[in-house]
Amino acid sequence: MSTTEILFFFLSALAIFSAIMVLVSKNPVHSVLWLIAVFFAISGHYILLNAQFLAIVNLIVYAGAIMVLFLFVIMLMNLNAETEPQKHVWMKLAGAVSGGCFLMVLVSLVRQATDMQHKTALMKDGNIGLIKNLGKALFSDYVVPFEISSVLFLSAMVGAVVIGKKE
Amino acid sequence: MPIQYYIYLCLALFSIGIIGVLTRRNAIIVFMCVELMLNAVNLLLVAFSKMHYGLAIGANPETTVGIDGQLFVFFIMVVAAAEVSVGLAIIVMMYRNTHSVDINFLNRLKN
Repeated sequence: MSTTEILFFFLSALAIFSAIMVLVSKNPVHSVLWLIAVFFAISGHYILLNAQFLAIVNLIVYAGAIMVLFLFVIMLMNLNAETEPQKHVWMKLAGAVSGGCFLMVLVSLVRQATDMQHKTALMKDGNIGLIKNLGKALFSDYVVPFEISSVLFLSAMVGAVVIGKKE
Repeated sequence: MPIQYYIYLCLALFSIGIIGVLTRRNAIIVFMCVELMLNAVNLLLVAFSKMHYGLAIGANPETTVGIDGQLFVFFIMVVAAAEVSVGLAIIVMMYRNTHSVDINFLNRLKN
């Protein structure tokens, strides 16, 4: 087994284990910390795929900014395991069964798809994930969506302030 | 690495996110599970981008096929950041009104 395969399976196991721990943790702060572990594992996958720009952006935006915002809100509200609202056990079971059915249907679909047979993702070669090529494409073909996203950010900022301010 | 492995991994992460949305009542945890689902989709987009690039690089070493997938991931991150700021503001407002983050309080919206 090559180093890439070992890293792939290690990062996959870490991502899935941490994602499950996000669900089963009673304390919301622990959930946030496990979700940060998921994001680190996914960033490792990006590095394995040689998408270096996305790996760094994923760390900065998700693990850095969004998760700090979540932690800040949770600590502001003083949530902990005792005040955690719980669903009825039958509702939990129904949710888990329906999610498992969804997973089973899609896995069997992918196993049968002849289109996906013998296709591989190029792991460490290729330079489309580098910031030079991404920047060229972003500021030539995708410059209008890029500018529109700034308007989106402005409206989100105004919306957050308007919603969050006291009457 | 075969593309099926990436599909299975992303399906597992996406399904865990769905199970979280369906089984938890804390609005913040539900929101975090939505982020998990977005990240699963992002990883799959990058894997498919590298798959198409690997198929095209044999004919033309200078090709940039598949770069669109990675730019889509970038835009998904942009939208997710905007969405989180507004969503957390809504949750804070809900907490201020009800002193709880239980999503069952939101069923009064139907009246």
